[in-house]
Amino acid sequence: MEAIALISIFVLAVFVGFEVVSKVSSTLHTPLMSGANAIHGIILVGAIIVADHAKTNLELILSILAVVLATINMVGGFVVTDRMLEMFKGKKKEGK
Amino acid sequence: MNTFLYDLIGLAAGVCFILALKGLSHPRTARRGNTLGAIGATIATVLVFFSSENEHRNLPLILGAIAFGVLVGVPAARKVQMTQMPQLVALFNGVGGGAAALVAIVEYLHLGTEATTAEVIATVFTVVVGCISFSGSIITFLKLQELMTTRPVIFPAGRFIIAATLAAVIGVAGWVIAALGTTPLLILAGLSLLFGVLFVLPVGGADVPIVISLLNAFTGLTVAASGYVLQATLLIIAGTLVGASGTI
Repeated sequence: MEAIALISIFVLAVFVGFEVVSKVSSTLHTPLMSGANAIHGIILVGAIIVADHAKTNLELILSILAVVLATINMVGGFVVTDRMLEMFKGKKKEGK
Repeated sequence: MNTFLYDLIGLAAGVCFILALKGLSHPRTARRGNTLGAIGATIATVLVFFSSENEHRNLPLILGAIAFGVLVGVPAARKVQMTQMPQLVALFNGVGGGAAALVAIVEYLHLGTEATTAEVIATVFTVVVGCISFSGSIITFLKLQELMTTRPVIFPAGRFIIAATLAAVIGVAGWVIAALGTTPLLILAGLSLLFGVLFVLPVGGADVPIVISLLNAFTGLTVAASGYVLQATLLIIAGTLVGASGTI
């Protein structure tokens, strides 16, 4: 893809990112950060791409390590965020 | 798979991430948002195996590595005490940053001298910031877990050392961009790791969440940069969203 297309996507995504989180309530800061943390686990896709076309053993070892780390980031991130939000739900019910 | 269809599904995954962040900013929709994010991530991960550029080499190894990652990540997230969640998030963020740095290093080795200047700059950025995020998050984890002192660690001439390390990082980054070698890149990675440690050490306990948030945004940006090198639109979208949302 052309560089300018990729850069355009980047710039537009910056604005979307700002807009989407601009009205977050302060109690949700931590879960939102944790959710965002899980989303950048998407580097897993990048790790799979490089592992797929690795030519040397060094490339393969490093990229497989990257796959493991990225999976931990992504899967663990979503599970932990879900648990945080579960805790919020529990608190609310007690409040009522 | 047809490239158009492939890109279309990739776009759907990107939309999932946007809706996920939007959902997470409101109490009522927060859980649904998180689930949407997980769905988007699953779609993206499955999809990449069907890319027309995927050669299905090393497939068993990759699947094994994913399974191993799940086996480590899920129990860690399930069993952790509520009070220990922030440090777990810091740790997850760190391994994500480390993964991004590794991806950039591998791509750099792979491209060799064919890389364009823009690609080299993006790679260097990913390695530097990914390494800072990795070592910084590990220190944050150690502080929160109280495996080391939670008070600010300030040593004589600390500011000077930090500034000197940063200058060295920038200098070596310039060297990599100009000279294109594996050794300079590894030196750069080492210096960046050191800078990440020095950067977080002086931070006191109360300010740690801010540091996690900042490092989280850092990792997001590294993911976006590696998306540029790999020409993966979805990585750019997801990474940038996280980078921008770190500003809250």
